[in-house]
Amino acid sequence: MIQINCLLILSAVMMFAGIFGFITRRSTLAILLSIELMLNAADINFAVFNRLLFNGQNVDGFFFTLFSIAITAAESAIAIAIMINIYRSLKDISVEKLEKMKW
Amino acid sequence: MENQFIFTLLILLLPLASFLFLGLAGHKLSHKAAGLVGTSVLGVVAVLSYYTAFQYFSMPRVDGVYQALVPINVTWLPLGELHFDMGILLDPISVVMLIVISTVSLMVHIYSFGYMHGERGFQRYYAFLSLFTMSMLGLVVATNIFQMYLFWELVGVSSYLLIGFFYTLKAAIAASKKAFIVTRFADMFFLIGILIYGFYAKTFSFDFVDAENARNIAGAAFILPTALFLMFVGGAGKSAMFPLHIWLPDAMEGPTPVSALIHAATMVVAGVYQVARMFPLWIQYAPDTLHVVAWVGAFTAFYAAAVACAQTDIKRVLAFSTISQIAFMMVALGVCTEMVTGHEHHGSLGYMASMFHLFTHAMFKATLFLCAGCLIHAVHSNDMSMMGGMRKYMPITHWTFLIACLAISGIPPFSGFFSKDEILSASFAYSPWMGWIMTGIAAMTAFYMFRLYYGIFWGTENKEHHEAHVPHECEWTMTFPLIFLTLITCVAGFIPFGKLVSADGMSYDFLAHFDWMLGAKSCAIALVSIALATYIYKGEKQPVAEKMKAAAPRLHQWAYKRFYLDEVYQYVTHQIIFKYISKPLAWFDRHIIDGFFNFLAWGTHELGFNIRGFQSGAIQKYAFIFFLGAIIILFIMIL
Repeated sequence: MIQINCLLILSAVMMFAGIFGFITRRSTLAILLSIELMLNAADINFAVFNRLLFNGQNVDGFFFTLFSIAITAAESAIAIAIMINIYRSLKDISVEKLEKMKW
Repeated sequence: MENQFIFTLLILLLPLASFLFLGLAGHKLSHKAAGLVGTSVLGVVAVLSYYTAFQYFSMPRVDGVYQALVPINVTWLPLGELHFDMGILLDPISVVMLIVISTVSLMVHIYSFGYMHGERGFQRYYAFLSLFTMSMLGLVVATNIFQMYLFWELVGVSSYLLIGFFYTLKAAIAASKKAFIVTRFADMFFLIGILIYGFYAKTFSFDFVDAENARNIAGAAFILPTALFLMFVGGAGKSAMFPLHIWLPDAMEGPTPVSALIHAATMVVAGVYQVARMFPLWIQYAPDTLHVVAWVGAFTAFYAAAVACAQTDIKRVLAFSTISQIAFMMVALGVCTEMVTGHEHHGSLGYMASMFHLFTHAMFKATLFLCAGCLIHAVHSNDMSMMGGMRKYMPITHWTFLIACLAISGIPPFSGFFSKDEILSASFAYSPWMGWIMTGIAAMTAFYMFRLYYGIFWGTENKEHHEAHVPHECEWTMTFPLIFLTLITCVAGFIPFGKLVSADGMSYDFLAHFDWMLGAKSCAIALVSIALATYIYKGEKQPVAEKMKAAAPRLHQWAYKRFYLDEVYQYVTHQIIFKYISKPLAWFDRHIIDGFFNFLAWGTHELGFNIRGFQSGAIQKYAFIFFLGAIIILFIMIL
């Protein structure tokens, strides 16, 4: 059986990769992917800790993972719709162009 | 017993509905329709009031007293042990007031058809009349002093609206503002009085008999004279007692039917009614303060009568006469020394006399004002110099005016004789001094009323004016109210009023121990005054009046200018209060207080302007800072 440490390290790596991507990438699409990465890291943690704590007696964590995946799907649909709208008006989806949201 | 009076709620709700309807939808109606709506609603209210009175006074007495009924009483605002209630209280004085108000109001509604014919804002006028009637009826049936205060302010507002009805006239605007400010100033004391009373007596209710209320009130005995006097100051403002009377003569700028309804018959007696309401407390806890009220009233009566002798504007004369007569009612209440009524007790006669005079005065003074309205309608002027010899042109007005004059002068068998005579008896029972003073003022009343009468209907005729525009008698809508009210004046004196209303509610037969000597004396004095007025003012030429004016020019001028009281007020408010108090305060407000807040606003603005660069709009930067923050918090948690 795979060590629990390995799984936690995997999720931590995914999390930080996501954060790094979110801060550094220019394309909004890449930023969206980074967000997905972070959410998936969290989902893995739910599953792992469910296994660790209840060992098959209880499936709360798994359910929460499913829940989170559904929300992620909805969220990416909205995000992509927003991006399409931004593209239509600005002909570009890189973040630097989106500086109108300030004072 | 109380359930059968539940319909009295309609007496308040109908005029309210009529006010809302005419106020909101009135402009879509024709003048005639709007007037008919207002008048028919008032007709129903009058019928209901008469029915209430009939039912109430035909109830069996309990222990010789008509029971006070409370058909409705809802707690409106509970505040711990105190609570503000709204309800309807029926007792002898409130029922009598219902009759007075609905009768005069109905007559004024009918009269206004003719008087206000074709006036702009006719519908608005009727809406305001309904509002006033509702508020005044609410005032008299109040179950507690706080409800009375609410309706008290409402009558003040409707009075303000109606005085300023001709809102394009500068004088009307100034008069309405003056009336509102002066009465509000007085009402401030009324409110303070109510609050003190409520704080110490722990009740607002007029039910002084209730054991718990009585105990609480007895516990507040030390503060009651102060609280009652403060309430009286409010009443003095509404009832135009010296020195708060200055608004009433100016209020004559309003339409004349309004003067008849509000500024002669109903609203201005609210102060008297208020003192009568609190009367058991006055007698029991503050008899000395009550006598102060009597002397204030006596001085007011004298002052107003003196001024009325010199005025030439007919409505002004009537206004000062009203002040004087209301002061008579105040005196009557003020000279009371006990609650018990009975044939050996004259100490409580004043209470009944005051309410009786209130009733009779409302009828004949409304007649006088409505007559003045007819005259103004006919000659288009308020001034006596434009009149003279009017008896030829306006016979109905002439006769009704004459009867009302005889009534106010105290000539039997008209109603004023009976009520005024009771006031004089009560004054003599208190002290001979007061009695003789009031008798003297009654003589002045007869004199100035007949001076007015001769000045209008006899005397020097303004032929030039009358030939250019021949005066004529008014239409039936205007003469009918005159005749109706005059008929009441003729018979009202024979109402056994003491059996209906008295200080402790016991039946009291005034005629059984009527002081015939006193009656004859006051009647003779009134006749002498009338004869004097006839001698001076009846003729075409008036040498005696001229000679009197020439003999005491200064006195005449002072009386004509109302002893310069308005000028004193003007000086005090403008030269002293405005200049030395209001102006520095305004400067302080504008420079210090406004400056402080402007500084705060300026500081916030500057700060925001300088740090707005933080909000760059670059989302990734925000995310980075957020991330750093999260890590810092994490470290803090770990450590």
